[in-house]
Amino acid sequence: MSRQLRQQLGFTLLGLATTIVVLPILLLVGYILVQGASAISWEFITAMPREGMRAGGIWPALVGTVLLTLGTAIFAVPVGIAVAIYLAEYAHDTSLTRLIRLAIINLAGVPSVVYGLFGLGLFVIFLRLGTSILAGSLTLAIMTLPVIISTAEEALRAVPQSFRIVSLSLGATQWQTVRRVVLPQALPGILTGVILGLERAAGETAPILFTVAAFFLPRLPRSIFDQTMALPYHLFVISTQVPGMPLRIQYGTALVLLAFVLSMNALATVIRSHFRRRRQW
Amino acid sequence: MREPKFLLENVSYIYEDGARALHDISLCIYPHKITAIFGPAGGGKSTLLRLLNRLNDLVPGRHLEGRVLLDGEDIYAPGVDVHALRRRVGMVFATPVPLPMSIRRNLTYGPELAGVRDRARLDELVERSLRAAALWDEVKDRLDEPASALSGGQQQRLCLARTLALEPEVILLDEPTSGLDPISTAKVEASLQELKRRYTIVIVPHSVQQAARVADHAVFMLQGELVEEGPGELLFTRPHDQRTEDYITGRFG
Ligand SMILES: Nc1ncnc2c1ncn2[C@@H]1O[C@H](COP(=O)(O)OP(=O)(O)O)[C@@H](O)[C@H]1O
Ligand SMILES: [Mg+2]
Repeated sequence: MSRQLRQQLGFTLLGLATTIVVLPILLLVGYILVQGASAISWEFITAMPREGMRAGGIWPALVGTVLLTLGTAIFAVPVGIAVAIYLAEYAHDTSLTRLIRLAIINLAGVPSVVYGLFGLGLFVIFLRLGTSILAGSLTLAIMTLPVIISTAEEALRAVPQSFRIVSLSLGATQWQTVRRVVLPQALPGILTGVILGLERAAGETAPILFTVAAFFLPRLPRSIFDQTMALPYHLFVISTQVPGMPLRIQYGTALVLLAFVLSMNALATVIRSHFRRRRQW
Repeated sequence: MREPKFLLENVSYIYEDGARALHDISLCIYPHKITAIFGPAGGGKSTLLRLLNRLNDLVPGRHLEGRVLLDGEDIYAPGVDVHALRRRVGMVFATPVPLPMSIRRNLTYGPELAGVRDRARLDELVERSLRAAALWDEVKDRLDEPASALSGGQQQRLCLARTLALEPEVILLDEPTSGLDPISTAKVEASLQELKRRYTIVIVPHSVQQAARVADHAVFMLQGELVEEGPGELLFTRPHDQRTEDYITGRFG
């Protein structure tokens, strides 16, 4: 076989592989779009569910998911970035820090239902937070932390060592170096990790199942100690627990959840390019 | 003779792996002179420079013996403010590393951290240090552009200017022209001749020729030992030590 032919074949195979990966995603999104689009209306988004969720809207579930995502971010983002900074910039390479890293990597692979049970035990029962937005957010935050920590640490480590040495040689302290040189460089990478983590938190059912999610609660939560409906659990409920559910409501709900997650992605892209423009070099 | 700026007393330095990078070095570095430390690679020249502003503090497991005095004070004494020391003793590296910021912010980075807030004062520092590094005319209209857009020679002069903006007393240069073309090299060397009026300059030249061109005082180092030192014009024409002569005449290294 000639080199050109082999190269041609290689490209074809790679193209095929890409198609195999991308096609199902496009099909999935397209299918949900086609099936769910007819359900989407102003009322569907902003109204309470009625008639055993077979009519009306998904407003409380949407609000619940937004609140839980925000709550997760409030706990997981500062802690996650702080831990990553500590591991990447300050911690010496000891057996303890190696153990911490190993633990973090392994935590990222723990099934989400385990986090749910953990949250039930620690936050709901032991800390007496009850099934509440607070307990749910904390549980989701614990689940999200490993993702944020490992991507943020990686982003920090990717910043060239020479920047740190130059900064220190100009009389900067280590913290000033992190704050003014390293963090701004690592920010786009950190943001990607944050969004990845929060997207997972927004879409998970198991961690909120025992800690916050209400089966049917046609009102908005009154405080962070209140229960709330949430989109992923609501989707699970209307898909499996309610007989005679119109299909388009299920797909409409899935579509809203998908749109929420994708809009977080879009937001991240906007923020990233904003930083890139402000970062002057 | 004037008081030495730096005084090294029996300095030995060992890295974590046991490599003895410096062996019993005693040396005076005088103000308003260019001291050139030269010798083959691995001789401990960079190690010596990094000792002078304590950049070697970043290396784990090092071991230092002897004393390093700046204006008569031990810079390794407990309680010394390392950050203030590094502003007094600035450093220019072999590879220019502009911080990922604009040209202007590269220059104001150090002064701002040192507490200079006044805009006019910062602007003045920017202009003065760029002029001293012979870069002002080339960049004065593009101060807010990214520093990484400069050419290699310009970047190295920017790094020199960035060090000057700290208003240091001593400037350390570790093979500052090793990556530069002859014209940029000449510009940097010319700046040094200007700068030595105000500063103490210690340079590790990237060649014997450069050492001979710039050195007021020359120090020959070989495998961690100080072999010979003396006024530049003498050391390069009539070295005492056979090893110095061999190196200068190109018989090894
Ligand atoms: N960070 C370091 N860790 C361990 N050994 C080092 C380190 N830096 C330099 N050395 C060793 O110290 C010796 C002197 O190196 P260096 O000061 O870089 O010499 P020069 O600048 O004259 O080439 C060499 O043997 C080198 O391998
Ligand atoms: Mg060197």
